[in-house]
Amino acid sequence: MSNWKSHNSGFMNNIILVPFEKTGKFALYTVDELGSIAIYMWESLISIPEYFINFENLIDQIIFIGMDSFYVVGLTGLFTGMVLSLQAYYAAKIVGVTYMIGPTVALSMVRELGPVLTALMITARCGSSMASEIGTMKVTEQIDALEVMAVDPYYFLSVPRILAAMAMLPVMAVLCSLIGIIGGYVVYVYFLGLNHVTYIEKIYQYIKLSDIYNGLLKSVFFGAILAVISTFKGFQTTGGAKGVGRFTTQAVVLSSVYILFADYLLTSILF
Amino acid sequence: MIILEGLSKSFNGVKVLDNLNIEFGDKQITVVIGRSGGGKSVMLKHIIGLMKPDSGKVLIGGIDINALKKKELNEIRKKFGMVFQDGALLDSLTVFENTAFPLRRHLKLSEKEIKDRVFSVLEDVGLKGQDKKMPSEISGGMRKRVGVARALILNPEIMLFDEPTTGLDPVMSDVINNLIISMHNKFKFTGIIISHDISGAFKTGDIIAMLYDGRIIESGAPEEFRNSANPVVKQFITGSMEGPILI
Repeated sequence: MSNWKSHNSGFMNNIILVPFEKTGKFALYTVDELGSIAIYMWESLISIPEYFINFENLIDQIIFIGMDSFYVVGLTGLFTGMVLSLQAYYAAKIVGVTYMIGPTVALSMVRELGPVLTALMITARCGSSMASEIGTMKVTEQIDALEVMAVDPYYFLSVPRILAAMAMLPVMAVLCSLIGIIGGYVVYVYFLGLNHVTYIEKIYQYIKLSDIYNGLLKSVFFGAILAVISTFKGFQTTGGAKGVGRFTTQAVVLSSVYILFADYLLTSILF
Repeated sequence: MIILEGLSKSFNGVKVLDNLNIEFGDKQITVVIGRSGGGKSVMLKHIIGLMKPDSGKVLIGGIDINALKKKELNEIRKKFGMVFQDGALLDSLTVFENTAFPLRRHLKLSEKEIKDRVFSVLEDVGLKGQDKKMPSEISGGMRKRVGVARALILNPEIMLFDEPTTGLDPVMSDVINNLIISMHNKFKFTGIIISHDISGAFKTGDIIAMLYDGRIIESGAPEEFRNSANPVVKQFITGSMEGPILI
């Protein structure tokens, strides 16, 4: 009987305590991780005035994040714009406001989908590459070699990636939005057979310059988030090839989650 | 002079270095031998400031490097060259660019001067004509020699070698040992080699020290070391299973 009682109280304790213990551990891990990211960002930033910007690496990264991502970002924008136009048509037809499809597509692309989808696609394409490249360098002692050669690895590897991402994300988001609006136009005019003048006129009527600015501002933040987290995870990598895979996955997942979280925060502040 | 004073370091409660004391003489090659996983690489990483000790000091020319700021530490590091176990070459750069890397970062030289110095040091390490190859296209022994070339390119006062012959066949090990000796004769650096290659240690070392249980248990000139009465040293030199070293 006493055995049953002690077994039962242990079971009850587990049911009550385990969720608290897990929540506590998760909270501590999150605080620790955010603190480490903040310290890492600070160390990267203070290396800029100390050594100036490594232009050679910066240009390489601008090409990698910008020009090389053109097709994937362009295709994402194109299909998103086309789908938006089509979906908006089904809804607008019911209430007889098909002339609002242009502004719907344009505002969605410029304020929201352009910046966010661009950031997510570049996280998948370039963030994963940043994390795995730096991670491989870490596990093969190349980072140690840089330090031994008196080269600050943050200055050499992180700063060009962070600056390039912050500079190129807005450019790519503009392209994504523009191609999305064109995709929407193609569906509106050629597939749905609606008036092309209405599509363009209504966009001019409803879209404000502040929509574009705020979308661009969001992209700058998203660029910083994806590059800081991806390079940070690269520097954290341990455990050989398996570790590189694990930390690269963490980089992509964390960057994507933080981008979506930041999107909500920025939208509630900016718009 | 490099002095490690009362150096201790633990990982997850396991003491790897335990009040370690050793002095490395100027212009000498000191070989530190010890078991795999015995803390040799950890000791070397403390000397170059890649790790910070739990307690104790690392004095380079009388300066405690752990008290330095990042920029000051980097100035001290310019006096060092280090050859890593697997070369640690930057795998996106060619042999030439790897060797030229420290020159481009720290000196303002013309392209011709860089080429002259790189080709000269590559010839010194027996890699003439290999400058255009990528690290993935050359053998382990060649990668180590590129590592030596890169470490020597700034004429460092101190050279650190992390197991320079591990993973190489006996002939290539001898090539690397001879290369260390000839480079030492030419550049007159203070050398610290960590290794468990006994024959290589006796060949290259002016002083041999043994790290065991986180401390230096024996140190001396090769002959003195060979005749040590310490049973741990005797067992390690002979490579016997019988003795005080716990397996």
